[in-house]
Amino acid sequence: MKFLKYRLDRCTMCGSCMAACSKAWAKKDDPALSRISVNNVTGLPDIKVCNQCGGCIAVCSSMALERDKNGVVQIRRDRCTSCLICVEFCPSASMFFSSDIPSPFKCVACGICVKACPQDVLSIVEEKEA
Amino acid sequence: MEEMRLLAEWKYEPKKLYRGYSKEFLSVDLGREDGAFSCDVLPVSEDMIEKFTGGRGFGLKILWDKVTPRSKWDDPENALVISGGPICGITQYPGTGKTYTVFLSPLTGQTYNSNAGGYFGPFMKASGFDALSVSGKASENVVLFIDGDEGVVRLFAWEPEDRNSYTVTEALHDHFAENEEDKRNISVISSGEAAEHSWWGALNFSFYDPRRGLPRLKQAGRGGGGTVLRDKKILALVVKKRNFSGTENNPADLSVLQKVGTKLHREIRQNDDVQCLMRKIGTAHLNLVMNDYDILPVNNFKFGRHEDIMEIDPVRYGFTQGYADGCWYGCSLACAKAVDGFELLTGPCRGQKVTVDGPEYETAASLGPNVGIFDPLWTIEANFYADHYALDTISLGTGLAFVCECFELGLITEEHTNGLELNFGAKDDLLELIHRMMDGRDDFANVVSQGIRRMKTLFADKYGADREIMERIGMEGQGLEVSQYRCQESMAQWGGYFLTLKGPQHDEAWLIFMDMVNKQLPTFEDKAEALFYFPNFRLWFSLVGVCKLPWNDVEPSDNRIRYKGIEAAKVPEHVQNYLEIYEGVTGKPLSREEMILQSERVYNYERIFNLRMGKGTRQYHNIPDRALGPVFPDEWEARSEYFDGKLKEAGHDPEGLPVEEKISLLQAHRRREWEKLVDAVYERRGWTPEGIPTIETVKRLGIDYPEVLDVLERRG
Repeated sequence: MKFLKYRLDRCTMCGSCMAACSKAWAKKDDPALSRISVNNVTGLPDIKVCNQCGGCIAVCSSMALERDKNGVVQIRRDRCTSCLICVEFCPSASMFFSSDIPSPFKCVACGICVKACPQDVLSIVEEKEA
Repeated sequence: MEEMRLLAEWKYEPKKLYRGYSKEFLSVDLGREDGAFSCDVLPVSEDMIEKFTGGRGFGLKILWDKVTPRSKWDDPENALVISGGPICGITQYPGTGKTYTVFLSPLTGQTYNSNAGGYFGPFMKASGFDALSVSGKASENVVLFIDGDEGVVRLFAWEPEDRNSYTVTEALHDHFAENEEDKRNISVISSGEAAEHSWWGALNFSFYDPRRGLPRLKQAGRGGGGTVLRDKKILALVVKKRNFSGTENNPADLSVLQKVGTKLHREIRQNDDVQCLMRKIGTAHLNLVMNDYDILPVNNFKFGRHEDIMEIDPVRYGFTQGYADGCWYGCSLACAKAVDGFELLTGPCRGQKVTVDGPEYETAASLGPNVGIFDPLWTIEANFYADHYALDTISLGTGLAFVCECFELGLITEEHTNGLELNFGAKDDLLELIHRMMDGRDDFANVVSQGIRRMKTLFADKYGADREIMERIGMEGQGLEVSQYRCQESMAQWGGYFLTLKGPQHDEAWLIFMDMVNKQLPTFEDKAEALFYFPNFRLWFSLVGVCKLPWNDVEPSDNRIRYKGIEAAKVPEHVQNYLEIYEGVTGKPLSREEMILQSERVYNYERIFNLRMGKGTRQYHNIPDRALGPVFPDEWEARSEYFDGKLKEAGHDPEGLPVEEKISLLQAHRRREWEKLVDAVYERRGWTPEGIPTIETVKRLGIDYPEVLDVLERRG
């Protein structure tokens, strides 16, 4: 299973990852459209990004969420009905939404943000199924 | 499957929705058994939107124009008018797929409106229609199919061997879908073979469950809508809409829906496990709660609790299997439960393993304790067949409970029941009676399935049963059977059930806890205020197409801290959610006062509609003795200390009195209280002492149309 891993102790909250992500996936430099979220909480970085746990798969009654061959949870836009239940039932609060894009969006471990991060905070790791 | 034959086809240009409306409705007429089919796309005027909002409001307006004061339920001009309302079909807020069906009811002889989930309403809207009206009568069995993508309406003749609901629904999902993936794009409204004879005929609305790989059924069960459908020779209404995205309503501000909706999803995730357990268990958990408060109907509402209650503990048995389901996209409250892999032991499907929808609370109580049965497997089997044959499980259970009591009192005997021993708890014979309701060949089953009001007449006329006793114990009002809460000890709920527009269901007001447990409605004025506010507030759900459950079956954690008493019961934060969603969809701001005004218009219009049909006055707001208090000594003695106390409060010393006299005194006292309640409620609603809206009221509400004033003037 492929997923994005982060080290909070290295993060300077520069926002490069969000800019790279939103530009790549939403064609716009806008942190609100990024699939990784970095917030400043009491002066410390708080990163929200999908760990591919699959909790959202069970909550979606239209079966719009499924794993691809790499174990990454993908949203099938042809099935998604934009209800956003997955957003609030995500255990890691890493399913995002915007009224510009009615269906939700999430990290698919593409690695674009890894290259953009100047502090080496992020990495794509592969975990073998037990 | 048996071949379908195309009878007629009409093309239309599917109009895109704008801010929740297409401003068009589809009107189909099946002729007078003469093949003179017609199909018209008609406009929805701005005035109709302003005065009737949508949903049930549109249904009533369209039906008013279709029928005359002399129309009966089985006349061709009676219509089934199906409408969702402006919010229906959004997916961003839980419980937004509700649809109302309005028609003249066989049970009550006046208008009825019955709601269901499932996907029909949202798909119909996305196909370009704010409402669908179907009138007329075909000469052979037909299926009406709307393809919302192609813009075509087709009418087919179809004669399947099995006309029961699960069979018809599955066949039509298969037939109209191109492949498995396409089945979710279809919704079917069907009924069953019992609806061809019974007046309890239900409408089953389908949604396709891709996880189970089968269509599920949600019922607009009450009032006999399925009976009307089959009387028109309609087997099914089908709609197909592909690629549903959740934004078809073209809302004024999607971000508002997202913000308010995700807030409620969060609340449900955080609070449901400690509040109402809707996701994990569903409404059937109420069995235990009602038992604790003596509200669970046991043996035709005689008793309120039973020692075998834990036999039907839904946690222990598991009416909820698999996973949490909603009956429309986006409902995280997910109360639509199912029992999977259930092997049927009786009837035409004996031996088959099926998925049974529910049982929900009403069914778990009606086809359970109310007929003296505490066996969940029996309840599930009865639930399956009631849905399949299309019998309203609420009326069925309350009706069977009445039959059992009549049988135990000796008012009817085995000679009349064609050999069935219909005591309370008679599992085999009661299930057999349900099966006999299906094909219309058993004269006793036919009498029973026309409802308690007809049973009282026919039992008296045909079998010589004592009419007076039956009037006291038959739990019906306006011809409709009471749903599954005992209201004896809550005066406000007497009104919640029996001062309603369409009869004693529970969608106007459920005031038992507020009144009986929390003592928040001490005076007649308080009760009248509650019987003004809650029926109007809850009616609003039926105008816009939303479900009642997410209003107060989950609450903000701080609701009871921020608000007290009745204000807390209103759940103000959720009311605010509705106002925001309404504006988010329609672009029109709405205040709490305007919300009630929208409802009040339709509430009074419906009341006047019933007046127009020869009902709708004080004399039709009947209440049976059993709803007011104990009728027989065993009921008193089950809680003698409690009832003795109530008699003392009424100014009578119970000491030394025979039980029969105590019952008589309490009944007389409560009858007087009832009349005072009726006076207070009518006054608060702006009605005359006869229960008729005044001219001033209809003028204030802006529904002073000439035809409305004409009805009021004719009735003096």
